[in-house]
Amino acid sequence: MRLAGKVAIVTGGASGIGAAIAEVFCSEGATVIVGDINDELGCSVVDSLTANGADAMYAHLDVRREGDWRRLIGSALKRFKKVDVLVNNAGISGADSKIEFDLGTWDAVMDVNIVGCLLGIRMVIPHMIDLSCGSIINMSSQMGLVGSTYTDPSYNASKGAVRALSKGIAVQYAKENIRCNSIHPGPIDTDMAFDIFVNSNSMSDALSKIPLQRIGTTRDVAYGALFLASDESSYITGSELVIDGGWTAY
Amino acid sequence: MRLKGKVAVISGGARGMGAAEAKLFAAEGCNVIIGDILKEESLTTASEIERNGGKCTFLELDVRKEKDWGNVVSYAIREYGKIDILVNNAGLTSDGHIENLSLDEWNHIMDVNVTGVFLGCKYVLPSMTSAKTGSIINISSQLGFVGSNGSNPAYQASKGAVRILTKNVAVRYASSNVRCNSVHPGPVDTPMTETARSDNEFLTSLIDKIPMGRIGRPEEVAWAVLYLASDESSYVTGIELLVDGGWVAQ
Repeated sequence: MRLAGKVAIVTGGASGIGAAIAEVFCSEGATVIVGDINDELGCSVVDSLTANGADAMYAHLDVRREGDWRRLIGSALKRFKKVDVLVNNAGISGADSKIEFDLGTWDAVMDVNIVGCLLGIRMVIPHMIDLSCGSIINMSSQMGLVGSTYTDPSYNASKGAVRALSKGIAVQYAKENIRCNSIHPGPIDTDMAFDIFVNSNSMSDALSKIPLQRIGTTRDVAYGALFLASDESSYITGSELVIDGGWTAY
Repeated sequence: MRLKGKVAVISGGARGMGAAEAKLFAAEGCNVIIGDILKEESLTTASEIERNGGKCTFLELDVRKEKDWGNVVSYAIREYGKIDILVNNAGLTSDGHIENLSLDEWNHIMDVNVTGVFLGCKYVLPSMTSAKTGSIINISSQLGFVGSNGSNPAYQASKGAVRILTKNVAVRYASSNVRCNSVHPGPVDTPMTETARSDNEFLTSLIDKIPMGRIGRPEEVAWAVLYLASDESSYVTGIELLVDGGWVAQ
């Protein structure tokens, strides 16, 4: 079991990539705290994890709210004594925006995708310093590396910010043996990607940009997160793990 | 077992990172073929793997020689009927700077580090494309990304070439479901870096450049190669996986 004895927080764990990460982590022996704003879905994810014998709990988490973070970390530490892994996975696309460069959309996307990420890191770092060990995984995107005609620019900018924030944290806390890496998924079979591609009628264009000629699965990303969460990646920090079917190599 | 039933060719598998990869792959159920010019050390590695219940064969391979690659491929096909994984790991460097590097030495490093990778891909790809599956992992270096005062310019150029050759193969053969990725280790505790590491002053200056404050271990590179070799990375192609303790992130 590659995560035996480890305690992991997965934000946005109620659905999509986050739910797949929670499932793979649990199957490798981790204890998982699922944080999300969708309590009903989040609880059902945790129910199915615990039904399979895993140790998991749900906590309401709006990643923009420090109070939510404090409550989540508090109950995680009380129950599980430590946090080894943080997966900052919660994110929104801004795809609903029909007005380009709408400032309201910009703020909303930045708040969830980058402020949320920063708050999570700030909350877990002191505990990881105490442990002299930790792995933080931030979900960026291939859109944090390149542009596209159908992505909201705020999404591009937020994911680029996640990429560089990861490196900043990686370099600053490397001596404490805290690692921090970003994952850059291409289009993945989730509701969020479906919204982007269907709303912009761009699915065939997206597929033409993917050398492997398919959309990724949530498991494809979850395995990448597993690798970065586990001690198998103990010499990897400040890296970008791109899981995009070759989109950015092309 | 993450590579159960798969067949892997590892060039430079006698010692260092290649030997660590061979051992790890075999422990994960893979049939390993070590190709190397170092017969005695290869046989030692192979017999250690066999003693531990793994499957490992040694074949003489000078990566610059087409005939040797032909032999390796025909052996694998004869014995196992396929090659699932190729790790182009063989590589070398030497002391040298632009002003004192001879053309012969430049050509020698290019021959092994770049032509050797090209030939490996060329000879293994036909069996992978006809099987509609395969994973090629090319070992580049953090010095394929950034410059370094002390390193051989031929080594740097060769590793940069491996980085982009990888993307060419990735994009071209993705439609055949053959993946190709590069791994970029930082300084690792291997025979290749032994001379450099024996100079205490140089070693200290090296470690000062690594945010994690230490040299990597061969096993830490092998875990990354395992991730890319296995089906867990089935949506990953054309990427650069840094295993460098944060060197490039700063």
